[in-house]
Amino acid sequence: MSEESRLKRVLSAGRFAVTAECGPPKGADPEAVRKKGGLLKGCVDSVNVTDNQTGVVRLSSLAACVLLREEGFDPVLQMVTRDRNRIALQSDILGASALGIRNILCLSGDHQVFGNQPQAKGVFDIDSIQLIQVVRQMRDEGHIIGGEKLTQPPDLFIGASENPFAEPAAYRVARLAKKIGAGADFIQTQCIYNLSRFGKWMSQLRDKSYDKRAYILGGITPLKSAKMAEYMSKKVAGMDLPEEVVARMKSVPTSEQRKEGIKIAVETIEALREMKGVSGVHIMAIEWEEVVPQLVEEAGLMPRPSFGKE
Amino acid sequence: MITAERKPLAEIKAMIAPYSKILLAGCGTCVAECASGGEKEVSLLASQLRMDARMEGREIEIKEITLDRQCVYEFIDQLTSLIDQYDVVLSLGCGAGVQAVAEVFQKVIVLPGLNTTFIGETKEAGIWFENCRACGDCKLGLFAAVCPITRCAKGLLNGPCGGSKGEHCEVDVDTPCAWQLIVTRLEERGRLDFLEQVHPPVDWSKSQGKGPRKILREDQKN
Repeated sequence: MSEESRLKRVLSAGRFAVTAECGPPKGADPEAVRKKGGLLKGCVDSVNVTDNQTGVVRLSSLAACVLLREEGFDPVLQMVTRDRNRIALQSDILGASALGIRNILCLSGDHQVFGNQPQAKGVFDIDSIQLIQVVRQMRDEGHIIGGEKLTQPPDLFIGASENPFAEPAAYRVARLAKKIGAGADFIQTQCIYNLSRFGKWMSQLRDKSYDKRAYILGGITPLKSAKMAEYMSKKVAGMDLPEEVVARMKSVPTSEQRKEGIKIAVETIEALREMKGVSGVHIMAIEWEEVVPQLVEEAGLMPRPSFGKE
Repeated sequence: MITAERKPLAEIKAMIAPYSKILLAGCGTCVAECASGGEKEVSLLASQLRMDARMEGREIEIKEITLDRQCVYEFIDQLTSLIDQYDVVLSLGCGAGVQAVAEVFQKVIVLPGLNTTFIGETKEAGIWFENCRACGDCKLGLFAAVCPITRCAKGLLNGPCGGSKGEHCEVDVDTPCAWQLIVTRLEERGRLDFLEQVHPPVDWSKSQGKGPRKILREDQKN
């Protein structure tokens, strides 16, 4: 019978989980995927593979997940509803499970106008919350949309994303509740730079015991430079990167900024470990995967838990 | 109303280039309201085309006519006595009008002078915006009369996404986030409970399941 999700095992064992993001290449090169995976070997519990992120055409998430699985990883398959209708989504969910993928992250996806195919038709047949519900029903009730039974249900640990910093602020917790209610087992958050605001969001979650119903993984993106900090602070939608973080990055010379970015990320991880209800971190080191081992090491999260035969 | 925008003059000129006798047919309903295909616009386009022809030393004859509704056969009938005298109909009706005229006059060439854009409302003078996709299964009652299928760039029934900034859509900073509006309006109306349920996937068969839709009403038949 199939192996279990390693991410699920780590989390259910009560260990602080570490996952990292891996973006597939803009080409058909499997070596590029293996190389990126190689950088993360031994320092993460799961590798989260993006699905044509920002609407840019890349090697498929499912294919990259399979390549990474062959390298011994427990991949998290990101699946966006932007590009596929419910027929294709449900078919890929079954295919992913059959290929041994055990985790899925359900997203709506960045709007196509931001990518390199702005003239594409955005599908959005269903939304991310409906996708969560679809996967849960396929897994737990063994049927697809409309009730038709599956010969074998998929075996998937279901994730969702949430942005604690987005508008309308008053509604964010209620929306998270909807995702958990729909079937999300774990929640990956937007990058955290504003710890006090994140802390308030977590305390709202704890008040409703949502942290007991789903594992919360805090999003971490180490800053490479003051320029990147400034850009993310001003230009990236739904991002809360406070002025003092930008100022801190600017306060060191350019040659030292990467180091400072790592320091901020390590401090954030340490703060999240102390925060009640946070079950792990998800590191999104965009095109900077090689920094992940250092980050995990410095945050005191090595070695990663082992479950014997792996 | 159905909104439309007039095609660029160069495109219209290229379409009618082979013809010299043109029946320019506007519509007095939606496209008149949005100032793209009513009597005024018919007159303006006719003048432009005549002037253009004169400048280029071409002969052109344009007959202007604006039908009350170009999508209804009994109004299209007004063209019957004229149609044989012209090479082509240049329609300033919406896509429905163009097709209805062509349906009535099977051998006549009918060309579109407008790009039909959307079902929308007049926000203020000179501003129209889209607010209905005619999905065939109206859910406005659940969303404080803000249509997420039309007005959310991703059509999310369980929005918002995480991308809005300052109450605006990430896709277009001039467009208010539909979900921001929905949440605010439901709050004002004391119906935030509507946000707790997971709205199931849309039944698209009501809009595109069997190709073009038709309405059959026995009680309306002659």
